Amino acid sequence: MLRVEDTQGQVEFSAALITKFDDVVSRYPEGKQKAGLLPILHLVQAEFGWVSPQAMDKIAEYLDIQHVEVYEVATFYSMYLLKPQGKYFLEVCRTGPCCLNGAEKLMGYIEQKLGVKEGEVTADGLFSWRGVECLAACGFAPVLQIGPEYTFYENLTPEKVDKLIADLTAQTKN
Amino acid sequence: MGRKLLLEHINVPGIETFDVYRSKGGYDTVAKALKMTTDEVVEEVKKSGLRGRGGAGFPTGMKWSFLAKPEGRARYLVCNADESEPGTFKDRYLMTYIPHLLIEGMIISSYALGAKVSYIYVRGEMMPQIRILEKAIAEAKAKGFLGKNILGSGYDLELYVQPGGGAYICGEETALLESLEGKRGNPRIKPPFPAIAGLWGCPTVVNNVESIAAVVPIIRDGGDEYSKIGIGRSTGTKLISASGNINKPGIYEIELGVSVEDFIYSDEYCGGIANGKRLKAVVAGGSSVPILPANLITKTIKNEARLMSYESLSDGGFATGTMMGSGGFIVFDEDQCIVRNTWNFTRFYHHESCGQCSPCREGTGWMEKVLHRLEYGHGKLSDMDLLVDVSKKIEGNTICPLGDAAAWPVASAIRHFRDEFEWHVTNGAEAVTRNFGLAHYADPLPVLEPAAQ
Ligand SMILES: Cc1cc2nc3c(=O)[nH]c(=O)nc-3n(C[C@H](O)[C@H](O)[C@H](O)COP(=O)(O)O)c2cc1C
Ligand code: SF4
Ligand code: FES
Repeated sequence: MLRVEDTQGQVEFSAALITKFDDVVSRYPEGKQKAGLLPILHLVQAEFGWVSPQAMDKIAEYLDIQHVEVYEVATFYSMYLLKPQGKYFLEVCRTGPCCLNGAEKLMGYIEQKLGVKEGEVTADGLFSWRGVECLAACGFAPVLQIGPEYTFYENLTPEKVDKLIADLTAQTKN
Repeated sequence: MGRKLLLEHINVPGIETFDVYRSKGGYDTVAKALKMTTDEVVEEVKKSGLRGRGGAGFPTGMKWSFLAKPEGRARYLVCNADESEPGTFKDRYLMTYIPHLLIEGMIISSYALGAKVSYIYVRGEMMPQIRILEKAIAEAKAKGFLGKNILGSGYDLELYVQPGGGAYICGEETALLESLEGKRGNPRIKPPFPAIAGLWGCPTVVNNVESIAAVVPIIRDGGDEYSKIGIGRSTGTKLISASGNINKPGIYEIELGVSVEDFIYSDEYCGGIANGKRLKAVVAGGSSVPILPANLITKTIKNEARLMSYESLSDGGFATGTMMGSGGFIVFDEDQCIVRNTWNFTRFYHHESCGQCSPCREGTGWMEKVLHRLEYGHGKLSDMDLLVDVSKKIEGNTICPLGDAAAWPVASAIRHFRDEFEWHVTNGAEAVTRNFGLAHYADPLPVLEPAAQ
């Protein structure tokens, strides 16, 4: 079971974010607003970079459900980040079909290049990485994705990874 | 060249937009279906012989006819776009490049089932595809193909896209429904089946993306026409996701019944094994189906050519056959290690087990541990029997088929590649530095002697 990291400080949901929540909830029949939980967790994560316990509590209040109903969902699904990650979180597919085309070597390369282990964040706060399971792109192996828009990078090589990291770093500095 | 029913227009520039899709005859079936009775639409799908493309291969028309229709209760159609079975990447492709085909299929299928609200449950990692679908839905709605009183027929339909949260188990239909309701993806105990009590307890049909897309050519050409394509009870075309060590990985639409050999080696499809290497093994239908060595994937044990069809792939049962599954065709060359791949798949299933049933939760973890030590040269000769024993204890003893899906790859790898596992034990130090290679896995099959009378 994943541990929910505690943090101090309050979380505020902007009016714009609440409007998005309202739109989500309008898709379900009366009284079934809990169905909005997964989409709303995604919206919150896209806004804050992760889902903190405070954010989960606020979501529970918005949806009028128990706090634990939010925790149990946030901890069950692999996409919800229960602690902050790097600004760019590289999620590399590590499942069999990708391994036939060098996914394991690629993860080794990324680890060495960034100088951080899986799940750790670089000192400048820009990058972290982890292995994830099949991303439904096995024919374009090896692949990685970067949230919150889940942009896809296919047929990766060390050179392409170098360029990606250089581009993302430059993008932040400008 | 085989006929293309789903991918015919995939390379037309702009086909992802409503206008271009429409100019190619897109959405014509909506007007056609709305003039038919709902039973007539179901009847065409029955006649087509279409079998669910999500993995289980259950006849779609039959599934639809099981849907309960109590008065005054909502009914739902939910499209399963959770695509997470390792080796399978066709649904992402369809949704990315020809999203309106799925929307069109959803409209006519929802009409047939009497659903007024339908959902497409897309795996959460496919955010770009979610945006694409939402845009396509907005376009279709602006043109009067969704929303109130579609084409003046009096039929209303709202279509929504719902993201998942990243969990393979949510591809299992009852876990998907739990997830759609905003809960953990724990599969439900069946019965009741979704056809009786599905989404929010209402009668529900869950269908794969490709199944729903296939309804479009079925209604366009008629079920009888569709059923003429293919072979035997494997009718129509099927999208195959081809990956691994081949020259041309990608998505291929095949007429069911092409030979496996053709599929692997012809330039129309995979274009042969990459880098001039030789074929060692294939997982033909996604990670859950039994792995077969080179000699058994191209020929059945009766020495007949094996075909890409539901029946031919499963010819020989679990002893010498495999399954069509979701059509995730994973090719292994002579340099690949079967022990390592089996460990990798088992790690996947352990990671993805929802944890409700102890045989699955504990068994997958145990198998992962044993396979890990075998892979790294610390295994024992008794480990193979242990693995088979654990896999047997999982199989059939769980709430959902994930348990079976985890057991079969292990049991089949040991059945067909036991020599390689044993070599990992007897040559532990060597096994971490090199692979067992092709060995005898491509040797001609023994000619079976007719059984003595
Ligand atoms: C563990 C597990 C994972 C599954 N994953 C998927 C999936 O990703 N996509 C899918 O369409 N069906 C998946 N299925 C099959 C579904 O339960 C269901 O049979 C299917 O969506 C029905 O649609 P069809 O009849 O059109 O094939 C999965 C089943 C199991 C047991
Ligand atoms: S078989 Fe595994 S995944 Fe399926 S319900 Fe049981 S524990 Fe969950
Ligand atoms: S195994 Fe990597 S995308 Fe499927």
